[in-house]
Amino acid sequence: MSTSPDLAKLIFGRLTWDAVPLHEPILLATFAVVALGGVAVLGALTYYRLWGYLWREWLTSVDHKKIGVMYIILGLVMLLRGFADALMMRAQQAMAFGADHGYLPPHHYDQIFTAHGVIMIFFVAMPLVTGLMNLVVPLQIGARDVAFPFLNNFSFWMTVGGAVTVMMSLFVGEFARTGWLAYPPLSNIAYSPGVGVDYYIWALQIAGVGTLLSGINLIATIVKMRAPGMSLMKMPVFTWTSLCTNVLIVAAFPILTAVLALLSLDRYAGTNFFTNDFGGSPMMYVNLIWIWGHPEVYILVLPAFGIFSEVVATFCGKRLFGYASMVYATVVITILSYLVWLHHFFTMGSGASVNSFFGITTMIISIPTGAKIFNWLFTMYRGRIRFEVPMLWTIGFMVTFVIGGMTGVLLAVPPADFVLHNSLFLVAHFHNVIIGGVLFGLFAGITYWFPKAFGYKLDPFWGKMSFWFWLVGFYFAFMPLYVLGLMGVTRRVSHFEDPSLQIWFVIAAFGAVLILFGIVSFLIQLVVSFMKREQLRDLTGDPWDGRTLEWATSSPPPAYNFAFTPLVHAHDAWWDMKQRGYERPTKGFVPIHMPKNTGAGIILSGIATAVAFGLIWQMWWLAAGGFVALVATAIAHTFNYKRDYYVPVEDVTRAEDERTKTLASLA
Amino acid sequence: MATTLDIPVKDAAAAPRFHVVEHHPENGSLLGFWLYLMSDCLIFAVLFAVYGVLGRSYAAGPSGADLFDLPMVALNTSMLLFSSITYGFAMLAMEQNRVKTTLAWLAVTGLFGAAFLGLELTEFAHFIHEGATPQRSAFLSSFFALVGTHGLHVTFGIVWLVTLMVQVGQRGLIPENRRRLMCLSMFWHFLDVVWIGVFSFVYLMGALR
Repeated sequence: MSTSPDLAKLIFGRLTWDAVPLHEPILLATFAVVALGGVAVLGALTYYRLWGYLWREWLTSVDHKKIGVMYIILGLVMLLRGFADALMMRAQQAMAFGADHGYLPPHHYDQIFTAHGVIMIFFVAMPLVTGLMNLVVPLQIGARDVAFPFLNNFSFWMTVGGAVTVMMSLFVGEFARTGWLAYPPLSNIAYSPGVGVDYYIWALQIAGVGTLLSGINLIATIVKMRAPGMSLMKMPVFTWTSLCTNVLIVAAFPILTAVLALLSLDRYAGTNFFTNDFGGSPMMYVNLIWIWGHPEVYILVLPAFGIFSEVVATFCGKRLFGYASMVYATVVITILSYLVWLHHFFTMGSGASVNSFFGITTMIISIPTGAKIFNWLFTMYRGRIRFEVPMLWTIGFMVTFVIGGMTGVLLAVPPADFVLHNSLFLVAHFHNVIIGGVLFGLFAGITYWFPKAFGYKLDPFWGKMSFWFWLVGFYFAFMPLYVLGLMGVTRRVSHFEDPSLQIWFVIAAFGAVLILFGIVSFLIQLVVSFMKREQLRDLTGDPWDGRTLEWATSSPPPAYNFAFTPLVHAHDAWWDMKQRGYERPTKGFVPIHMPKNTGAGIILSGIATAVAFGLIWQMWWLAAGGFVALVATAIAHTFNYKRDYYVPVEDVTRAEDERTKTLASLA
Repeated sequence: MATTLDIPVKDAAAAPRFHVVEHHPENGSLLGFWLYLMSDCLIFAVLFAVYGVLGRSYAAGPSGADLFDLPMVALNTSMLLFSSITYGFAMLAMEQNRVKTTLAWLAVTGLFGAAFLGLELTEFAHFIHEGATPQRSAFLSSFFALVGTHGLHVTFGIVWLVTLMVQVGQRGLIPENRRRLMCLSMFWHFLDVVWIGVFSFVYLMGALR
């Protein structure tokens, strides 16, 4: 290639063999593991001739339940990656004292903490949340699918496209070394000339399209497609929190899109939005990204609150205490989440009055949140509590989240924040609320709704193992960070001089190992449950004696969810139906109008990922050609008018008769 | 079985209390598209806010008062406003089921849109020729970002419009195409509203400074 460097540059842009980290043994080993795993999966798919099945039944599916399951699988796979990053950081910080510099050079360590944050928020928490909403919301409101089924499939694949882009950075080039929000001027071209920040930008932009569209989709679904009789104040609480979360998504993600677009203009076109020269303002980036970033926190936690509400009511055998106050609290949190962004940078120097305003609004959020905690406690009060695994996660959440909430209020006091900001105290705080709030909620939700999705329960023993390892591991991993933060240790540091700090990092690393056991237990739980699926089988469709409509249909539900759309008279609609002697309709079925599968989503996402790769490596032919192909494919898709079909009445009758027999055999 | 019935069970056969026979939810497309437009509106809100913050950071370069040619912008604006009116005519023709008239008005709308884009690009070329490039100052960066994003939207609107003209030509004013024309209509008028903001906030106020 030395004879024609210009040609090589034209074709490959910045991409050379140097970008492939052959000299980094850690990355090489990781690549080997991922490659072997990938080859094994692909080989198994080929051997068992599953490609056609996979393509027809899953990858091109517009069924909200399957898309929900695929989101959750994506989230769990990325959890392994994000957690591997966490373990590496904990190991590095536990050993890198004094003369020992650990095993990670700073430039690698910086990529790891950036990737950890980005992956855990965008590619673990978001897909898990969106996946559960997708799976459950249409069932809870008695709908047959979401409002825009194709868009749903497309949204999922765009999220995958973003995740693939992040994963590519591990083996081709590098990831950003800027921290998960990529503040300029560090993230600008002058200080980050490599491809890392470009990977970051384009991964988030692609995934952001998916998130935004799925937000719009679920709002339209909840607003327009509720079963007759389900007024807003009869909606299940999880649907309520999903509605609020999706409103937040639609109102927040465009800001992220815009601010990252401006950052990319700075990097690619040499504009001066966030530079130090020519009138640019780096702090404007920080403001804008937190106007997205703070609502994002509630985007994640509100659905978790909804899950806890469903779980508490179900496993205490009572209707939720204070349903109306729960709804209002959710709405108030939704609104307040837009009025607090500046608490992420009190040290900007905006003055006492501005800081006071944002400090006070932040503290006010704890009021509706506290009201929720009391509602859950009062639901438990005098309830017949069944300590099944989802309930354990809920109780673990209530204790842990209250601690995280209190340290949050502490950080909301500007003078305290001046001391504690950018310290490990902050790191401990947000892990406390995100693990204790969001993740515990997601695990509760996965355990709770797993039988709905697959027709058998998860094995409770390994579920309990996972819960206890996570809970105890969390406290071991993060309580030391509170202590270190109070002593003034700052975050994002790969080496320390003071040996007296080491013991705390060792304890934290021990906690991380316990969490590893928690994750492994969860994976074992999946395998064991699959092996024991006949024992764990649920034929009723209502394994927990549930209260909301998703339990009214079979497990797994038929593609059309409900042969007849339910008529809702009360909130806790299914409980109400059971109380009033519900009889399942067994005849008079009619054909059902359903959307058709399409491969357009996965194709568009594949092209979008190729465009991103072209932009990152400055292979302009790929970026431009891919962009044209993207628009052309999208337009071509609009020429397909045959997007729906009717499930023939014979098929509906056959499926429903099958279920009638199953239910009769149980009686 | 103990139940807390408050409706007599014998009505069950006559009118099912627990389900409806076939339920047709309202179409969510227009609501969904509204939501999309509001999210797009937020992108413009960010760009306006950025312009509001950086709009006077000239970095010793040219200001709006030095650059803007208001008569040209007025002409430009009239092109876009006319295109909104003609889109309205297209929708009226659609309501009367007149395919050819609809297509004709859509074509006129597209031409006005193209004229708007042509004038905008001429203006940009002129600025860049004068040395007022997007790189010159934060003011110019935010100016080009805001006005350029609007221009990109108009460009996509024209691509969409041509696509819809082909589809209406192929299949006539079937319900799907009517729905799509309605969505594009909202998009087109939305861009008009945004432009009024750009015209007032960027050009008029910029020329006054």
